[in-house]
Amino acid sequence: MLDPRDGRTLLAAAKTGHLGPTIFRSTNRGRSWKEASQPPAFAKSPNDQKARAVDHTFWLTPCHANEPNVWYAGTSPQGLFRSEDGGDTWQPFSVINDDPLYREWMGSVQDGTPDGPKMYSIIVDPRDPAHLYFAMSGGGVHESLDGGKSFAPLVKGMEVVEMFDPANIAFHDPHCVRLCPSNPDRLYQQNHCGIYRIDRPSTEWTRIGRKMPKKVGDIGFPMVVHPRDADTAWVFPMDGTMVWPRTSPAGKPVAYVTRNGGKSWQRLDNGLPETQAWWTVKRQAMSADVHDPVGLYFGTTSGELWMSRDEGQRWTRLAQHLPEIYAVEAAKIP
Amino acid sequence: MKVLIPGPLLSYTQQREVEAVGSTLAELLADLDRQYPGLHFRVIDERDRMRAHMRFFVNGEQVFDMSRPLHPSDFVQIVQALSGG
Repeated sequence: MLDPRDGRTLLAAAKTGHLGPTIFRSTNRGRSWKEASQPPAFAKSPNDQKARAVDHTFWLTPCHANEPNVWYAGTSPQGLFRSEDGGDTWQPFSVINDDPLYREWMGSVQDGTPDGPKMYSIIVDPRDPAHLYFAMSGGGVHESLDGGKSFAPLVKGMEVVEMFDPANIAFHDPHCVRLCPSNPDRLYQQNHCGIYRIDRPSTEWTRIGRKMPKKVGDIGFPMVVHPRDADTAWVFPMDGTMVWPRTSPAGKPVAYVTRNGGKSWQRLDNGLPETQAWWTVKRQAMSADVHDPVGLYFGTTSGELWMSRDEGQRWTRLAQHLPEIYAVEAAKIP
Repeated sequence: MKVLIPGPLLSYTQQREVEAVGSTLAELLADLDRQYPGLHFRVIDERDRMRAHMRFFVNGEQVFDMSRPLHPSDFVQIVQALSGG
């Protein structure tokens, strides 16, 4: 992740096979990298039987433009951390890491999803650094209006797996939440159970994925918003039937775009494999640049990097034979 | 009692909701395996531990103990954590 405030600091989360999780930093746009001197780690609590250890840092968010060098990190298992020195040292942030109610919503090791329960989509309102959102799998979407002193759930309207109680925050599984830069009162969400939109100050999400074709469905991981048009957003659907195989529906990868806030969706598959392509795109592996028309980028579970120079009308493969791609970020170099 | 089956196990039961008996969670799973051979090993490993990502709820409350007593009127939900990506 490039720091848009200085245009040169890059942070990358890493989990080495034997040595545990860390953060690497570059202050020269990636020419050289150095390990953070104090990566995110939960506070010690020797008497707490439920004490946790960070398995990996999953999400990195540069803070507000008026708070240079401040970053947030989300971890697996779910934890919220903050750095005030450009990502070199990290401290637990807010009360939620140890709050009994939040710990209940975060679930136990038994609840852990295949690669661990996660915190992500840490969003700072561009108008107000004290207005924060984050999401957890499992555990829902949450909002703070007081700079992280307290958080409250924001899950009304979000559906949960059939026959479960949506009143139980632990059952909520947002996959990716994005705030529209051109209208910070509008957020989009790709959830375990559909695609949603919310327009603040409303506190209720609307499932806009119902208008997706039935054969494709509205399950997936990434959600991408347009840098200047809050009615435009992209998704990359995944096979959401039965065992969740992390492949495209019917082996046909495709992006969908809405240009009217989710009232309708259009298929964008020109240039993508037409059949037998058994990969998909994870929640941080699709992004947009700020050009006009917008450039879109995604990385696949099979290690391919794709781009479109025209908002998804035509796709081109940039690279293949890479390892599985977890995250793709587009950055404008000053 | 009524048991809710998660999507990944529908290939065993063919239905979302099934009936099974047992005075504990372990007995209930044994009965499910009698009705739907092979299901037990998909949720409990050979050391009798719940498989990772498999969750059990009795009347909405998460249960970790296989000897948890059950009553015929209880509603048991088996859930598979599927997300992560």
